[in-house]
Amino acid sequence: MNIPTSNVQSSAESGAKPRERKQRHVAEEIRGKIYVYFCVLLMIVTIFSIVYFIASRGLAPFVSQGVALKDMLLGLKWKPEGEPPLFGALPFLFGSFATSLFAAIIAAPLAFCASIYMTEIMPKFGKTVLQPAIELLAGIPSVVYGFVGLSVIVPFLRDTFPGQGVGVLAGALVLSIMILPTITTIATDSLRSLPNGLKEGSYALGATRWQTISRIILPTTLPSLLTGVVLGIARAFGEALAVQMVIGNAPHIPHSLFESATTLTSIITLEMGNTTSGSLHNNALWSLALILLMMTFLFVFVVRMLERRVKR
Amino acid sequence: MKKSMVLLLTFIVALTLAACGNKSNNSANGGSASPSESASPSESASASPSESSGGEKLSGSVLAVGSTALQPLAQAVADKFMAEEQYKGISVQVQPGGSGTGLSQVSDGQADIGNSDIFAEEKLDADKAKELVDHKVAVVAMAAVAHKDVGVDNLTKQQLVDIFTGKITNWKDVGGADQKIVIVNRPASSGTRATFEKFALGTKTEDLQGSIQEDSSGTVKKLVAETPGAIGYLALSYLDDKVVALKYDGVEPTADNVKTNQYPVWAYEHMYTKGEPNAVVKAYLDYVLSEGVQNGEVVDNGFVPVSEMKVERDAAGNVTNK
Repeated sequence: MNIPTSNVQSSAESGAKPRERKQRHVAEEIRGKIYVYFCVLLMIVTIFSIVYFIASRGLAPFVSQGVALKDMLLGLKWKPEGEPPLFGALPFLFGSFATSLFAAIIAAPLAFCASIYMTEIMPKFGKTVLQPAIELLAGIPSVVYGFVGLSVIVPFLRDTFPGQGVGVLAGALVLSIMILPTITTIATDSLRSLPNGLKEGSYALGATRWQTISRIILPTTLPSLLTGVVLGIARAFGEALAVQMVIGNAPHIPHSLFESATTLTSIITLEMGNTTSGSLHNNALWSLALILLMMTFLFVFVVRMLERRVKR
Repeated sequence: MKKSMVLLLTFIVALTLAACGNKSNNSANGGSASPSESASPSESASASPSESSGGEKLSGSVLAVGSTALQPLAQAVADKFMAEEQYKGISVQVQPGGSGTGLSQVSDGQADIGNSDIFAEEKLDADKAKELVDHKVAVVAMAAVAHKDVGVDNLTKQQLVDIFTGKITNWKDVGGADQKIVIVNRPASSGTRATFEKFALGTKTEDLQGSIQEDSSGTVKKLVAETPGAIGYLALSYLDDKVVALKYDGVEPTADNVKTNQYPVWAYEHMYTKGEPNAVVKAYLDYVLSEGVQNGEVVDNGFVPVSEMKVERDAAGNVTNK
C-alpha cells in the first residue's frame, strides 16, 4: 500500500531533489568507472612492460648476437664463458620439467586425499586442524624449504641411494611440499562447491561413501582438480631458491634421479649476479627468463582450457 | 564513508605504482631495490657536503653494490664508519648482488662503489673499464678443501687440474682412499671460480656431468663437509676442522704464505668508483684503507691486508715485488 503512494509522490515532485540525486548517481558512476579503468589499465601496462622488458633483453642474443634459437632450445652444452660460448639450454628445460612434474606426481595424490578427508570424511577436524596446518606450509619462506632440504633430504638420499643426494629427486621432494598447499586448497574448494544433490542422490541409490567418492565426486571435480595440479606445476616451475640449494646445478642432463641437475630458475639466480648487464652471457640468461615466462603463459592457458571444461 | 574508501584505495594504488616503478627501474639495471637508488646516489653524495652545518663535517650517502664475498667486510667497516663521531652525517649502504652487478652498476652511475672480486678489465668492455678507478681494499686467498675421509692433504697443481677436468675421478689415484671424487664447484661466471681457475689451475674448466655448483660459500662448505669424496674451494675465512684444507704443491694456505706469493691462489678485493671519488665516498674508502680497519675488520673477516702484501699483481696476472 505504501509503495505506490510514495511512487506517486516522487513522480509528482519531479523537481530539484530527484535531479540532484540523479546527478550524484551519474557522478558516482563516472568516478567508479574512471577508478576501475585506471586499475585495469595499470595492470595491463605493468604486464606489457614486464613482458616487453624481458623480451627486449631476451631476444637480443638471437637477433643481434648470433645465437641460434635452435641451438639454445636443443643444445646440450652450456658454456657461456667458453670459446666460442655455447648456450644449450636443453638440460635446464629438462631439469625444470622433471622436477616440477615429479613434484606434482608426489604432491597431487596427497593433496587429493587430504581434501577428500577434509570435505567428505572429517569435515570438522579437517576445517579446524588440517586445513590451517596445510595452509601454514604456504607461509614458510622458500629459503627455509631449501635449507631443510639441504640439511635433511639431501643427507637422507645420500645415505639411502647411490649418488650425492643432490639432484632431481631432492628438488622434487622439496617442491612437492611447497606445492601441496596450492593443490590442496583448490581441490578442497572444488569439492566443497559440489552440489549436495549429487552426493545425496548417490547415497540414496545405496552407494557407499567410497563408491560415492570414487564414482561421483572425483570424476565430476576432475577438471578443477587438474587445474590445481597445473597451478602447482606452474608454481614449482617458477620456484628458484629452494630448488637451487638442493639440485646440484650441473648444466647437464642427469643420468639418474640422484645426480646433479639444473633448472631454468636456478641457473638464472646462480649466474645473473656475476654477469654484467648487456653482455651476451647476461642476455642469454634473459632469454632463459623469456622461455620461463612462455612456459608460465602455457600453464595459464592450460588452466583456462580446463576451466572452460568445468563450465560446460 | 564510501568516498574515504575510494581515496584510501587510490592512495594504495598510487603507492604500489610508485613502488613498482621503482622496482622495475632497479630490475632494469639488474640490481636489488633500495630507496637511495631512486635519487642518483652520486649526485646526492656530492651535493650534500656543502649542506653540512659544522663546515668540516661531511654528510651524504654512499651506496656500495656487488661482490658477496666482500659484502661482510664492507658492511662491518660501514657500521664502524657510521658510528664514528666525525662521519655521523654519512650513511653507507652495502648491498650484495655479485661482482658483475657491482661493476655494471658503478659503470652506469647507479652505485657509488662497485665491489668486485675481479679486475674490471676481465668483465667489462675495455672503454668502460677505463672509466673506473680501482681501490684495492683487501686480499682474499682461497684453498682447495676436501671431505675429511679422503686421506689426502696435499695436491700438486697437475693433480688439481686433472681432478677439475675429470681426468682423475677417484681419490686413490692421488694417494688417498678408494672413494669417488665429487666436485663442488662455483658457477662458471663466479669471481671466486675465476680466481681459482686462474691461479690454482691455470686453465679454464668445464662443468662436468655430476659435479655440483653452488654460489654461496656456506653451502659449498656444508656440502664438502658432508659429502664423502667431495672437493671444493673456499676462502681462508671459511676454513675450520670440518673440512681438510689441501696444501698446494706442498705449500700451506696461510696468510703468511699469501703475503709472499708462495701460495699463489689469491686475489684482490676491489672497490671501484667511476672517476675519482667525491669527498664522501673518499672518506669511506680512506677509512677502509686506514691502519685500524686493515688490521682490525679486514683480518677479522679472514682477508689479508693489502698493505702487508710483499708483492703486487696486475690485471694480467704479472707479479712484481713491492
